[in-house]
Amino acid sequence: MTRRVVITGIGVRTPGGDGTKAFWKLLTSGRTATRRLSFFDPSRYRSQVAAEADFDPVHEGLSPLEIRRMDRASQFAVVCARDAISDSGLQFETFDPGRVGVSLGSAVAAATSLEQEYLVLSDSGRNWLVDHASLSPHMFDYLAPSAMPAEVAWTVAAEGPVTMVSNGCTSGIDSVGHACQVIREGSADVMLAGASDTPITPIVVASFDAIKATTARNDDPEHASRPFDRTRNGFVLAEGAAMFVLEDHEHARRRGAHIYAEITGYAARCNAYHMTGLKPDGREMAEAIRVALDESRIDPTDIDYINAHGSGTKQNDRHETAAYKRSLGAHAYRAPVSSIKSMVGHSLGAIGSIEIAACALAIENGVIPPTANLHEADPECDLDYVPRTAREKHLRSVLTVGSGFGGFQSAMVLRQAGGARA
Amino acid sequence: MTRQREAVLVTGIGLLAPNGAGLERYWAAVLEGRSGIGELTRFDAARYPVRLAGQIDAFDAAEHLPSRLLPQTDVSTRYALVAADWALADAKIGTDDFDDYEKGVVTANASGGFEFTHREFHKLWSQGPGAVSVYESYAWFYAVNTGQISLRNGLRGPGSALVAEQAGGLDALGHARRTVLRGTPMVVTGGVDSALDPWGWVAQISGGRLSTATDPSRAYLPFDAHARGYVPGEGGAILVVESAGAAARRGAPHVYGEIAGYATTFDPPPGSPRPPGLRRAAELALADAGMAPDDIDVVFADASGVPDLDRAEAEAVSGLFGPRGVPVTAPKTLTGRLYAGGGPVDVCAALLSFRDAVIPPTAGTTEVPEDYRIDLVRGAPRPGPVSSALVLARGKWGFNSAVVVRAVPAP
Repeated sequence: MTRRVVITGIGVRTPGGDGTKAFWKLLTSGRTATRRLSFFDPSRYRSQVAAEADFDPVHEGLSPLEIRRMDRASQFAVVCARDAISDSGLQFETFDPGRVGVSLGSAVAAATSLEQEYLVLSDSGRNWLVDHASLSPHMFDYLAPSAMPAEVAWTVAAEGPVTMVSNGCTSGIDSVGHACQVIREGSADVMLAGASDTPITPIVVASFDAIKATTARNDDPEHASRPFDRTRNGFVLAEGAAMFVLEDHEHARRRGAHIYAEITGYAARCNAYHMTGLKPDGREMAEAIRVALDESRIDPTDIDYINAHGSGTKQNDRHETAAYKRSLGAHAYRAPVSSIKSMVGHSLGAIGSIEIAACALAIENGVIPPTANLHEADPECDLDYVPRTAREKHLRSVLTVGSGFGGFQSAMVLRQAGGARA
Repeated sequence: MTRQREAVLVTGIGLLAPNGAGLERYWAAVLEGRSGIGELTRFDAARYPVRLAGQIDAFDAAEHLPSRLLPQTDVSTRYALVAADWALADAKIGTDDFDDYEKGVVTANASGGFEFTHREFHKLWSQGPGAVSVYESYAWFYAVNTGQISLRNGLRGPGSALVAEQAGGLDALGHARRTVLRGTPMVVTGGVDSALDPWGWVAQISGGRLSTATDPSRAYLPFDAHARGYVPGEGGAILVVESAGAAARRGAPHVYGEIAGYATTFDPPPGSPRPPGLRRAAELALADAGMAPDDIDVVFADASGVPDLDRAEAEAVSGLFGPRGVPVTAPKTLTGRLYAGGGPVDVCAALLSFRDAVIPPTAGTTEVPEDYRIDLVRGAPRPGPVSSALVLARGKWGFNSAVVVRAVPAP
């Protein structure tokens, strides 16, 4: 018998909110959390806009030792994991730790701490031979970012399969998809899965500047993330994290857990086309969608909502619009599509998991978050992108997709589980 | 699971190690005891407390890759691309053998394109943001080898990159096998690492496990009474794995063996009284393969070289197989520890031990404490038939992975 995987706990930290409630409130209000970049002086950079989280590790309950040891992305992941655990009501201490695992996604992992360490070791970039005398004992944790899933594993003393799935901007879908496969094959009963990225640091901003992937709409930060709008000109770099408690359905049902949604299908494909470029036909993303629907045993017409990758680059918006038409046929014109990156920006590897959280909450609340800042769609993007205002709709099946450097294309289907929370 | 699973076979290998660029060169070096460990020469390391490394020296990526790929790739990605080329050529995968989506790729690395990104950090902070390379956004990140191998070889099936420090390479092979069992008939997989630039070097030093010894033949002595840490190296292996059905259908020229079992576990948190997870990983991998300890002919050990970790591994192995119950070996003393590359290289060594009926020795180690109770193969290769192996790898913070490989009888 095939095992089924359900979401029973959610923890989220995003720009514009310090938890699941604030996150959902932001998404349904259509407000945005993008602003002028404040973590460092951005005046020498092409893109000066970011979606920053007002994250206070002390307020979040992390100890001074944890704060000193962990990179910011690890801190986000651990705080979200604790929230998800508490939300799930699962008593981990009564559980065989060998049956609990972790699958954590991140694209650039400890980038923030790497940059801080680099500046110390190299005397602010003056020297090529770096100075080991001022080396932090934690430098190795930033070089080899698997310290991140280890930190998450320690939150529940997990002793099952623990790994980091680092597939660039699809990491947040792929880490959850990976966890589903681990549960389905029987290697674990519970997985802490999700993703975290805190990339708002000079090297990452400069690397996207270099290829003009991020927006230069610096005079209007609040409206700079404009997926599918004809005036959009790149994505807004963001940070954030989302973690889930994923459980074997039988296990969740037996303990009477609240089930947000079931993850019924997942597929990943590579485009083998270009490390950053996308073919306009959306062929490989369409294939990922087709396989995810197939695994869910549903038809294209069953999809009630599509949570888009919607990064706000011209190339992406056209690519995925083509992918929906290719995979869903005429239904692509009927299914509402929206991009929450319009509100919380693009947090690289984390956003896929944040979007899964949005899908689960959309199913739970029967509300589709809008695409903020969308006033006039690109004429080549001719679907229903739910402009600016949230929409009530009963959602049974939801599709979420991701696309990233390296050619990664991923798709996941979430379905409503029986029995909503009273 | 009671359903009969199809066998997942290794049908191609590309390997780059400090003591041999290419599978047969590496294997000859291992059997002859030739080491790739020496003074680090990539930069002036005189000021650092650790100066020995396993470097790949007699290898020029420009002879193997198109020139346009060189400016956009870190040294580790060049190794990965060449190893993948060699693996696919070895397997003789033709363009018509599989459809686009039937070809997947799963790789592991521990530290990404680190030397490349060090150069870009240096440019950013010495010259300003405008000096940063247009390739930085994808030459550094941990998915780069998966993406570049997919792109170069038209692999459009499932792609993934796993990071689990030095255990990640075995996780990649395990996930590749999972991907085949889930229906993608051919997956290119393995691990490659390199971080031998000054910043990568001091970052490795900060891990606290490197040997500060200066004699290359005595610096990395796992399971020895004089063990004092490890020597880091660069390189790794990329393998072609495919379903038995696919290999038979296209008449795969080599079948090195079967990836018969895989498992991964994590240690309890620091300070916990519970035992470490390595033995459990080994037990689960054996169970996954449907095998018992008695069925295993040799263990390729993680062989940390850190005394406490050596002792823990010796306890796991002697506990599972009985005192001196199975030959144990660690040919990695001739390469240094290759991070995500280490596990896949050991799997390749295990597969060649089947072919040549010989267990390679653990060079260097001479004095194994009596209470380790392990039969460590030392000195010379040990001849005799070998048809199954357990390969172990551990990563810092508590990652434990185990792969079981076994010989496939010729049809």
